[in-house]
Amino acid sequence: MIRVLADGLMPVHQQYLLQARQMQALSFAVHIPLVAFGISFPAMVLFAEARWLRTGDELYRTLARRWTRILVALFAVGVITGTILSFEMGLLWPNFTATFGGVFGLGFAIEGFSFFLEAIFIGIYVYGWDRLSPRTHFLSGIPIVLTGFTGSLMVISVNAWMNHPGGFTLRGGKVVDVRQWQALFANTYLWHELVHMYVAGYIVSGFVLAGAYAFGRLRGRWGRYERTALAIPLTVAALAAPVQVLIGDWAARDVARAQPVKLAAIEGLAQTTRGAPEYLLGWYEHGRIRFGLEIPHGLSLLAFHSWDAEVQGLDVVPSAERPPVNVVRFSFQTMVGIGTLLALLGVVFVAVRIRRRRLPESRWFYGALVAAGPLSVVALIAGWVTTEVGRQPWVVYRVMPTADAVTGASGIPVGYTVLALVYVVVGVGVSWVLRRLARAPLELEEAAR
Amino acid sequence: MSSTFLLALPLVFVLSGVVLYAVLAGADLGAGLWQLFAGRGRHGEEIRDYAHHSMAPVWEANHVWLIFVLTVFWTAYPTAFGSIASTLAIPFFLAGIGIVFRGAAYALRVGASTPRELGVIDTIFSLSSILTPFALGAMVGAIATGRVPVGNAAGARFSSWLSATSILVGVLAVATSAYLAAVYLAADAARRDECRLERAFRARALGAGVAAGALALAGIFAFRYEAHSLYNELVSGRALPAVVVSALAGLTTLALVYRRRFEAARYSAALAVAAVVAGWGLAQWPAILPGLDIRQAAAPHDTLVAVVVAVLGGGAIVFPSLALLFRLTLAGRFDPGRAAQAATPAHGLPEARPALLVRTAVACLIVGFGLLTIANAAWAHAVGVTALLAFVVAGFLALAPTEES
Repeated sequence: MIRVLADGLMPVHQQYLLQARQMQALSFAVHIPLVAFGISFPAMVLFAEARWLRTGDELYRTLARRWTRILVALFAVGVITGTILSFEMGLLWPNFTATFGGVFGLGFAIEGFSFFLEAIFIGIYVYGWDRLSPRTHFLSGIPIVLTGFTGSLMVISVNAWMNHPGGFTLRGGKVVDVRQWQALFANTYLWHELVHMYVAGYIVSGFVLAGAYAFGRLRGRWGRYERTALAIPLTVAALAAPVQVLIGDWAARDVARAQPVKLAAIEGLAQTTRGAPEYLLGWYEHGRIRFGLEIPHGLSLLAFHSWDAEVQGLDVVPSAERPPVNVVRFSFQTMVGIGTLLALLGVVFVAVRIRRRRLPESRWFYGALVAAGPLSVVALIAGWVTTEVGRQPWVVYRVMPTADAVTGASGIPVGYTVLALVYVVVGVGVSWVLRRLARAPLELEEAAR
Repeated sequence: MSSTFLLALPLVFVLSGVVLYAVLAGADLGAGLWQLFAGRGRHGEEIRDYAHHSMAPVWEANHVWLIFVLTVFWTAYPTAFGSIASTLAIPFFLAGIGIVFRGAAYALRVGASTPRELGVIDTIFSLSSILTPFALGAMVGAIATGRVPVGNAAGARFSSWLSATSILVGVLAVATSAYLAAVYLAADAARRDECRLERAFRARALGAGVAAGALALAGIFAFRYEAHSLYNELVSGRALPAVVVSALAGLTTLALVYRRRFEAARYSAALAVAAVVAGWGLAQWPAILPGLDIRQAAAPHDTLVAVVVAVLGGGAIVFPSLALLFRLTLAGRFDPGRAAQAATPAHGLPEARPALLVRTAVACLIVGFGLLTIANAAWAHAVGVTALLAFVVAGFLALAPTEES
């Protein structure tokens, strides 16, 4: 095992390593759904505004204005939960940052500028309604869409580097010969992660929004306004969800090559096997899957597109270097299962839309949409659990163990509890404000402008 | 080996970021403090509303300066960052919690409709607005008094940031925020001809300004007991010019506020804060932490070059955008009640032809599937992914999610 010492801070024994990881996981789980909205929702708001500019139909203007208010509330919460994540780079993992800040830090520094532009133009866009000319106002929204992409690019370049590190040399335990542009942007691992997350952003916000209006339909709110507000996000999500299946398959093939142990944990494959089978569901115990549904040669086919390809098992590394198999496997299957259902729902919608040129009318479809919203968030988080827990026990894959990165400060359980309570309060507050915004009658909105 | 200039340049960026965070976000936080002490009744409510609306368009952009400081610092001086964040974990965490509540209050205020709801939200906002600058100021005090050793949580958990000097710096940060906020809010009120608000914030600016000046003076003498070499630099060494500039700028601001020249006061107040931070940097130079000078703290040469390139490049895009935001805000374009222009959209852009879009979408899907899923080369994957994203866009436009009746 390669160990990194000296250049950073000395690793310490931290009794509460698991709690530190859970606190980090909690912070991610709270932030990531907001990121999903941050990267995709502005484009939908701008689409509605563009329809208004093109047709002069006030309905689209009302829609864009109301969505702007949701956007601004979610963005504010995203700003603060994102800030907590950046604090945790030092609060929880000071030795990770101290050792490798010079390698990966650039990604976050550039992300800072992207975030800057996003915040600036959100300010202009939100407060510029009716105060800028319609065309200027529309244009002021475009940087928000672009920075949503560049921001994800930068953050994911760091995550991809952690999973597939490169662009530096270790000499005598010191990080030398840093080539950070190469480390961050010439990393083959970056692209599937980026595209997978970016598309997930559209799927999540699309299904969550559509789910909210579908809930309204079940309760009888179904005017032209509601139908339009449902159709826009649902069309995006319905097209993106099947595409995500193909992108996920690409991601899995990259993981199979670069992180065989992660793949072995995802599949619960103990021994290196030729023509490895795929197991659906079931439970990993004593080196095999119990009660799973076996598909012979399935794993070799999926991971390498070949009937008899050899798939490395967990046995290629000592047991101390394996991630917790069932956590990784369960979250992966959750993501894939939900993703498949969402893709099917999307195909149904697109088919109805093409053949009948209208929205579906069956009640089950809207019931399914109501469930699809929260399920898509679950899939998003499950996907990140797969990749992050699957990376364990490394913070920098096969270079630095997570246990060497952790802080020596005491009081992690206290911090964890406080943060959890704070996030509960914020969560209650946000659901309160979203319900408030949803209930505000349309006419009031227009009068207040 | 890197030149001293290159070693120090990222530090100059970091300290400039600290100044900008202090004078911009500091004012947002100070506005929160004034909401807490706005008093009851109609006038108090007016002050609270006004303090909120004045800051709402800019708070997120201002907040980003903190992120800028953190990211540049941990990239250019990683060991120092790890040492500071681990020893000062408690105030750092408290600052974070304060920021969470402050941002959440901005998000929640949109939905509040009764005075009671507003009151609860504003109180949370105000308390967090005091917690955050105090905690960040106390961290500065701990670093300046040399209480953060190099190492993973190697310093004292509480006494590092709860020494008399650190507490004093924390309180100074709160007072400075309040002072800046009062000056800016008075300037905004004067622009909007709100005489009552202008009077209210002028009085607050004068009071907070005197308090901040007294605390800064006391701070210098506190350093005499806790960090004697830093004190020497402040009163007789390299940092003396900065101290003098800060004092003069502070006095000038008070005079300008007294004479109701608020726009000029904005800038001299900011200058006073900038001079304090510059004085801190000069007095401590070249040590970042005890036993860790700038040469030892800095990341490898190529990292420093990359940081400088990134900051200059990023700055070239961000500064014009910031200028636009502030021009619109300071010109009063975002003031409530300035709803202008009966907005009439332009008509007549031609609609794309659906049949063509459908064909494009189908073609993109087939190409994307072939190149991403079946082909194996990296270039094929790149084209394949692009084609799939194009499929989503073309398909979206072809399905035209509009409900016409």
